[in-house]
Amino acid sequence: MNAILIAVATVAGIGILAGLLLAILSKVMAVPVDETAQAIEEILPGANCGSCGFSGCSGYAAALSSGKTTETGLCNPGGSEVSAKIAELMGLAAADVTPMTAVVLCNGTEDVAERKMVYEGVASCKMAAQLFGGEKSCIYGCLGLGDCVSRCPYHAIKLCGGVAVVDYELCRACGMCVATCPKKLIELIPKNKVSAAVLCKNRDKGVLTMKECKVGCIGCMKCVKTCEYGAVTVESNVAHVDPDKCAACGKCADSCPKHVIEMLQFKA
Amino acid sequence: MKFMIALLVMGILTQNFTLAKFLGICPFLGVSKKLNTAVGMSLAVIFVMLLATAVTYPLNMFLEAHDLVYLQTIVFILVIAALVQMVEIVLKKYVKSLYNALGIYLPLITTNCAVLGVVILNIDNISAYSAYGFGFGHAMVSSFAAGAGFMLAMVLFAGVRSRLETADVPKSLEGLPITLIAAAIVSMSFLGFTGIVEGMGLL
Repeated sequence: MNAILIAVATVAGIGILAGLLLAILSKVMAVPVDETAQAIEEILPGANCGSCGFSGCSGYAAALSSGKTTETGLCNPGGSEVSAKIAELMGLAAADVTPMTAVVLCNGTEDVAERKMVYEGVASCKMAAQLFGGEKSCIYGCLGLGDCVSRCPYHAIKLCGGVAVVDYELCRACGMCVATCPKKLIELIPKNKVSAAVLCKNRDKGVLTMKECKVGCIGCMKCVKTCEYGAVTVESNVAHVDPDKCAACGKCADSCPKHVIEMLQFKA
Repeated sequence: MKFMIALLVMGILTQNFTLAKFLGICPFLGVSKKLNTAVGMSLAVIFVMLLATAVTYPLNMFLEAHDLVYLQTIVFILVIAALVQMVEIVLKKYVKSLYNALGIYLPLITTNCAVLGVVILNIDNISAYSAYGFGFGHAMVSSFAAGAGFMLAMVLFAGVRSRLETADVPKSLEGLPITLIAAAIVSMSFLGFTGIVEGMGLL
């Protein structure tokens, strides 16, 4: 009987001692929790993309609650909805966030883009780009190995015929793919209206471009001349559409001999 | 002194906890993806091992005095769990980045068999190495060696895994299978240290 008592007392004693120590320690070492920051973090989408300019969602929440920033509209993936919620919580002004989407500016699928070699290395654009600029003759084109696909937290990018394609419905414009693409092919454009986009970034001279890809921009200036709004410019042998000026008339797309310009339709 | 060195060499190389005794495999596979988390985890494990030995060694004397050696396992687990919780609270306060990096693996040190293993083996060593007068100091040295061995295994394996990331692995072996195969090869390579303690005339 005595043996059992001692055993029970020992274990119970150690248990109580450890419990007491832990209780005291957790009071002494308590880390103050910022409740406003936690509430904001719950509103934020939680992708930790960093498009707000802070280190992840918790960083933005902490900056908002501590008053380091009063701008509620920095979260691209959250959009106006999240901005309004944060504004309500913090008593700040809500901001209008223009809904944006990422667009891959390359149309050079396997059947139209020439290849200078067969790449059999690691399936990573970053790696492939270091080996003579990748598999395609065009060193500006999409490598189609999907670094952006694996990076996208919203699974909005797919590979389609060797070129990455963004699903505009799913894209939340966090900009992670923009930073990932070694060819800097991805851009964020507003998706609240129809806009023309030049799906090529080839800066080679027209003659070279024609040899490299059937749908490469040759910088012929036809679109620049057709556009009545001055939205299209050609720089370093490649056209570019300014989405702010574009009135979506579609004339540039019709005039393009290489069919590089596409009218991007976004559902509202 | 010779015996201390022997304990160090045994703990780190010949009787490496992870690679020879297969204790603490969970964090070995879980946290070895990145070098800095591997080092952070190993440091936490070394710290907990030292602390646990320092507490359980005298506790064992108490248990032996009262004929309660059969309570060893449960009491030791209780003590280790409490210690890990304390480490967690302190880390959360002072080293937030390490606390975030370790995540779930920090509370898992509680049930890390390497920690319980080192504590119980130290007790066993008292009778096994009684000829060398195995005492509290030796116990601390051998638990440090065990922790350092764990760290060596983690750091080596983090290097192997970073190479695996870019390796062309057959589809069926991708992920955990190839990791386990790599772990087995690293473990086998440690067999090469067998007999080094005796060979150096340390024991």
